[in-house]
Order: sequence, then C-alpha cells, then structure tokens
Amino acid sequence: MSRPTSAPDRITTPISGGVGASPPRPDGTLKVKGEFAYSSDMWIDDMLWGATLRSPHPYARINSVDLTEALKVPGVHAVLTHDDVPGQMLFGLEHTDQPVLAVDIVRYQGEAIAVVAADHPETARRAIAKIVVDYDVLEPLTDMEEAVHSTDAPTLHPGGNVVRHLPIRRGDQEVTAPVVIRGEYEVGMQDQAFLGPESGLAVPAEDGGIDLYIATQWLHVDQKQVAACLGLPPEKVRLTLAGVGGAFGAREDLSMQVHASMLALRTGRPVKMVYSREESFFGHVHRHPAKMYYEHGATRDGKLVYVKARMFLDGGAYASSTGAVVANAATLGVGPYEVPNVSIDCWGTYTNNPPCGAMRGFGAVQAAFAYESQMDKLAAELGLDPVDVRVLNAMSEGTAMPTGQIIDSPAPVAELLRRVEAMPLPDAAPTDSYDLRQLPGGVSNTTHGEGVVRGIGYGIGIKNVCFSEGFDDFSTARVRLEIIAGEPTAMVHTAAAEVGQGLVTVQAQIARTELGVERVTIHPADTQVGSGGSTSASRQTYVTGGAVKAACEKVRGMVLDLARERLDIDGELRMEGGKIVSDRLGVLAAVADVLGDDAIDETVEWRHRPTEALDPTTGQGFAHVQYAFAVHRAVVDVDVDLGLVRVVALDCAQDVGKAINPDAVVGQIHGGSAQGLGLAVMEEIQVKGGKIRNPSFTDYLIPTILDMPPMKVDVLELADPHAPYGLRGVGEPPTISSTPAIVAAIRAATGLAIARVPVRPEDITGTA
Amino acid sequence: MRLRCKVNGEALEADDVWPGESLLYVLRERMGLPGSKNACEQGECGSCTVYLDGVPVCSCLVAAGQVEGHEVTTVEGLAEGERLDPVQQAFVEKGAVQCGFCTPGLIVATHDLLERRCQPSDPEIREALAGNLCRCTGYEKILDAVRLAADRKAAS
Repeated sequence: MSRPTSAPDRITTPISGGVGASPPRPDGTLKVKGEFAYSSDMWIDDMLWGATLRSPHPYARINSVDLTEALKVPGVHAVLTHDDVPGQMLFGLEHTDQPVLAVDIVRYQGEAIAVVAADHPETARRAIAKIVVDYDVLEPLTDMEEAVHSTDAPTLHPGGNVVRHLPIRRGDQEVTAPVVIRGEYEVGMQDQAFLGPESGLAVPAEDGGIDLYIATQWLHVDQKQVAACLGLPPEKVRLTLAGVGGAFGAREDLSMQVHASMLALRTGRPVKMVYSREESFFGHVHRHPAKMYYEHGATRDGKLVYVKARMFLDGGAYASSTGAVVANAATLGVGPYEVPNVSIDCWGTYTNNPPCGAMRGFGAVQAAFAYESQMDKLAAELGLDPVDVRVLNAMSEGTAMPTGQIIDSPAPVAELLRRVEAMPLPDAAPTDSYDLRQLPGGVSNTTHGEGVVRGIGYGIGIKNVCFSEGFDDFSTARVRLEIIAGEPTAMVHTAAAEVGQGLVTVQAQIARTELGVERVTIHPADTQVGSGGSTSASRQTYVTGGAVKAACEKVRGMVLDLARERLDIDGELRMEGGKIVSDRLGVLAAVADVLGDDAIDETVEWRHRPTEALDPTTGQGFAHVQYAFAVHRAVVDVDVDLGLVRVVALDCAQDVGKAINPDAVVGQIHGGSAQGLGLAVMEEIQVKGGKIRNPSFTDYLIPTILDMPPMKVDVLELADPHAPYGLRGVGEPPTISSTPAIVAAIRAATGLAIARVPVRPEDITGTA
Repeated sequence: MRLRCKVNGEALEADDVWPGESLLYVLRERMGLPGSKNACEQGECGSCTVYLDGVPVCSCLVAAGQVEGHEVTTVEGLAEGERLDPVQQAFVEKGAVQCGFCTPGLIVATHDLLERRCQPSDPEIREALAGNLCRCTGYEKILDAVRLAADRKAAS
C-alpha cells in the first residue's frame, strides 16, 4: 500500500477489526454480564403465558376435544383449538402439510392440539391438563423402509408416504469390479439440543397486526407462514429477532410463533411462550435417522470403480425440509471421491415418528458415516492404509460429482488428509499411573487402565454451501453512513439471524474493510428490511456477507462521487482510515468533511451464482453453489470390558477459502466437531413405537467438557473465485467428518465391525 | 407468599410468589434479573447457576421459599459497574462465548472454581465445569478463558 505523500490530515490510525481480523463479538460483553435479551427473557407489563396441549399418541383419530373445565380455571384467558386458527390451517417449509393445531388426527407424539393463555405459566399448564381429548388410538407406522415399500402401511398424507425419492445415475450402470465391499449402516435420531428453549413474545398491535419477538433462523420465512396462518397481510406481522440461544437447524421450522400470536390476538394482551426442555424435544424437528445400504466396487489397488447405494431417511410425521435433506444425502452420497460410476437411490419418508428436518450437516452427516465406513472397509480388505486409500481416490478441482457438476474451485481433499495425518499424536496412556478423569468411565472409577485399548481413525466430509437446486437464494443488506459526533459511522441493517455463530461480528468487519471506517453499529435484525435468507446451509457469511459487501460498495461509490464533486477532483479514490485517499495525491479529506450532515443510506439485494434443478430421473445437474471439506483424525481409548469410550484427541483440518474472522472459524470447527462426537458415542433420541423415551438432558446426553478432548485445528485458506473474499462456508463440515473418524478409531481399537451410530456400550461388549 | 432475600447485595422482595416457583423463576420473572438462564430447569445444564450464601447452586432446583432471608449472587452481580470481573473479561477475549446461553452459568461456576483454586490444572477445570453444558463451543475456548482468568487472578 502506498503511503500518502501530502495530506491535509494524516492517517493516524489504520482501521482495525476488518476482514481477516478477530475482533471481539459486539454482543460478548452483554452476554457475559447476563444482560443480553434472549427470546425467553422477553417481559412486558400485563403479559400472559401460553402453554400447549400435545398428543400423547403417535397416531390417533381425535373424536372430540372438551375445553369446558380448562376454561373454568381462574386466571385462564383463552383456550384455542384448530377452530380458532384465523387463516391457513397448515404450515411447512417445503410442503404446507403440518396443522397449526391438530385437525381430527394426530400423526406424532407431541403434536399440538390446543393452546392456553393464562396469567401464570403454572395456571396455563394446569388448564392444559384439564382439556379432555377423546382419541381412537391407531397403530403407528414407524419403519421408514416399510413406509416406502409396504403396500399394507397406512397412507399418512394424501400424496403417499414418500416425501421425495431422488435417483442419481452416472456412468456405466452395469459395471463390475474385482473388489466388492458391501455394508449396511444406521444413524440414530440426533437432537440439536440448543440451550435456549423455543420461546418468544407476541404483542398485539393497534392496527390489528402482531409484533413478534422471536428466536428463529429466518425471520421472513417465519413471517410468511405466520401471516398466512393468522390470515393477515405480511406487513401486519412484524418480526424482530430476539436473542437466540443456539439453533443448529432446529429453528428453521415454526414452533410457538403462530400459537402465541393467536393467543395475543384473541386476548388483546401480550403473550409469552417458553418451552420446557422436555417440551423442546417435542417442539422441533430432529436429524433424520437413516438406514443405508452401500456397495463399493474397486480395483485391486484400491481405486474406486463404482458406488451403489440405497438410502432411507425417516422424515417422521411432517415433511419439514426432508426433500432438501434427501438431495444432500444423495448428491453427496459417495463423499469427496472420484467415482466414475454411481447409482444411488435416496428416499425421504413420512412415518409416525417425530418429525425430522434440518440439523447441522443436513443429510451429508448420514451419508458420510456410510461412505467413510465403506472406505475403511475397503482399506482393510486390501491391506491399505486408511489415509492412503482416501488420498488415492480423493477428488480435486475438475472432478465431476455424481450429479455431473464439475468442481470449479479448490478441493484440497488429499492435502487436508495429509495435514491431519502429519499432526502430532497424543502421548500414549501412562502405564505406571492413572488419572481417572482421563480414562473411559472417568470418576465413576470403572477402570485403572485394564481392558483399555487405543485406536486411531480418520474421517472426511463434503458439504454443499448455500441453498441448492435452483432456489432463488439471496440476502438483503442496508448500509447507512453518516457522521456521528464528528466520526464517520456505518450502520448495517439486515434480517439475517445471529444465532451465536458471530454473523454480527462479521458484518461489522466487512463494513470496516469496505468503508474504511472504525465505527460500525449493527441494527437489530427485523422484517423492516428485506429477507436475509436462512441462517443455515453454512450460508450467512457467504450470502449476507456478500450483501453487506455489495451495499458497502454502493455506499462507497456514492461517497467517492460526492468527494469528486465537492473536492472538484477526478480519478481513482478510496476510503481508508476515515479519509478520502487518492493513490496519486494521498489523503484528500476526512470523510466527515465530505459528507457533512448528509447520510448515505443504501439497500442492496445480493445473490450468489444460480444453480439448477436436478433431473428427477438421473439426478444430474449443476445443483450446488459451493463445496466445503473437513478432515478429522480421532484417537480413542476404549474399555472393551464395559464398552465405554473416551475420545483422547480430535484434530481437524478444514479449508475455509478465506477466514473472515479466524477465531470465530476455529470456534465453529470446535463446536461442530463436538456435535459430531455426540452423534458418534452419546446422542440419540430413543424412539420406540413412535414415542420418545428420553426427552430430557438427564437421558439425552450431549458432550460435557469432560467428554471433549483437546482439538488441534489447521485452517487452510484456498480462495473460491466465485465467493465474496474467496470464503467458503464453515459451520457444517466439521460436524460431518468427526463422527466417522471417531467410529473408525473405535473399530481400530476393538477390531469390531461397527455399523451404527451412536456407538453404545453394548455394541462394543457384544451384549446388544 | 411474600419473599424477602438479598440479591447482589440489595434487599429485594417479591409478592404473590406461588410456593411452587423456583428461585430461577423468581429471579427472572419477578426480580428483573433474567441473566440466569432457563435451559433445562432440571438441574442438568448449569445455565442457571447462582451463588446461594456463597455456594454455587442450580437456581432451578431451589424452591423460592428456601431463599427467604438468604443471600443470592447472580451473574448480574459479578461486574463492578462497567468493569467486568476477570472471568467475564477472559470469556469475551478468548471467544468463549457464541450463543451465550450457557455463559452466565459458566461464568458463575468458573468464578467459584477460581475462588477455591487459583491455578487449576486442565483436568481440574474440566471436572469443575462438568455440570455446565455448552452446545456451541466444544469447550476449547472456554478452557482458554478459564486459564487466562486464572493467570490474571494469580498475577494480581
């Protein structure tokens, strides 16, 4: 960068906290002080509390609902059923198939039937308990393969029980290979288990509309659905993002939004709803359980010839985003490998199990467990090293995906594998002493090292970033630049949901870099600005980041035009350190002097490059915007007598294109790795006969600080020429690769052929 | 019932408390102190951790009536005005906060750990914070923050 040679004012302090730096989160101080307002913290005078009656049965006909006794409870202000839904009866992300409140039939345990508003949450709960529902209990359909293939199964929705079937056909469908590896794999139902429960506050407005303060991943898609169900025009349903206590996919679908709004409109009073942890397990969709049948054909030296797979994903009672999850599982179904011949069929089904939809990794998680298990099996069959067999088949820039899409940006699969392989291994467990906290079973004192064996395993994952299959995926950013207290100050306004990942930090960084100003404020996210799209698919830094960048560029162009006009000068100018700078003439003026009392306020809608739909019979097409890759190496100690596992190390290498905020990137990789560890060895919603057996943090276990090992993280930055700053989505890939790596390590330690996650103690001891 | 107790050094009272309410509910809904969080309300996640007479407890498991005449310190009571407690400062600096819902409980639990043990080893930190669930961070940066806070406290 050239230095100014002459200047009316010097650039004294370069802007800090721009792109590539790791400034602290703007909401960090509020969060550590307990002053950040989450959706469950909302409070307003005169508010009522809502509660929800849910079905105890996975499948039943409702004969009658008697509200008489509930209405008599002192302090109850309203009891509403489907009869009271003012607008559209159904909602849903891809298909409007889910009733706001059940109509004549319930299709899963936990389906909402009635809602109550009362002056105390306990009063509301007691009123709920007094509602009498007469059911005809029906035999639930709980087997996803039966849902697809059985002719005897009940039809749960008018279009049948298949939400989507996607075939992928590429290359020679009749090809054979000298080495054939077959496997059947299962993935259990995982919960996002965000800590901040579903909650929000609905405030009735004077214009007959509603103001909703809510934790969500996409304000505008909520607005659209809520408005339709309330029978209101969208402009009368105004949403503001309240503090979000984690999301991970579980806030893509509506939970209490319509219910609280209905109660508020009926009572004319603000209504707050907060789910308990138990209710939360019934109040959002989960990760699809999967059953997958794989066959890999390879040459004798380990080169893949073909992959054939049949995959089943259980979408449960309502579609949610099952269709898109199917597309991911199928199109990413062979992993980040060169495979010339592919035949995949993937089905997403309706059953009477809990509804499943989005969770971090979104279809790619299930597929990765299967294809990585297959790669380890192939390595074992041929006596090859698991890393070598992966490197031998690794895709790279120019590889054709099973969809025919050519990878047109860096795909450093082999390099990531070699980088992780080269990381130092943890020390061997000491043989002459022990620390219970570092042994499987921990302070339960189940072993002092006897029966404990160590294993090492690798896993790699591929994930599409942004919305696919021709979806019009855009974000809107409004940027305002004005002089406040003598300093140029940028304000960034989007509707994009900050859910903990740090988007608010990144938005400010982009504005600092693009406008060369230090002071940036982030406007609360709301529906007063255009849609920011969903905080999912690892897409917000890419798409909303791209929109903020574009809006800043527009503002910058206008400031520089103004500078040319007011300073009577031509040529290239830039904004830097709060100054207008020319390469030739150096610093020309302070932005404050050029702008004066004017404010520049611009809104830009920004899109990534378009994609196209997949051919419905062959699954061919340019369907994905970008691909991202992460590799894990796991080291585990297994107590083979008790089947207890301790993950000793979980190291990761990931290509992020460009780390906009390196600390936040590493934080995403840590957190994603932890959720993958959970799926590998702990986390499963246990469903029997359509009923959840463990809806609590007592029985659904997520990793604690004792379960998590130290994690070394190697971040690669190979720019994607199609993306803003060359960045690549970060959030999901580490969740995909950590699970197969850990299971591979357990197999290496024990010699067992484990084909199901989470791995349970009885899977290791052979007592399952 | 009427409840009187001292919270963050201030004598507070709440009226019309239903005996089934937890300390967490009273703090959040009746005393204007929503900093302690309601992530599970079954004593498993630690997000609602407060000091009760100097001892860390899950406030969701304490019946409001049990606090009558006792002293409570919540996450809101740790900073001195604008000056953050060293534990809070370290959590901000080290990126130990993502969604932040677990953070208040972890701040109180870490504060308590460092009161008892000024230079804890990693296994000691892990053991002390094992009752605080975090879903975002994988705990690595939380460990960084605890180490930093311990170092600073030891140096001061």
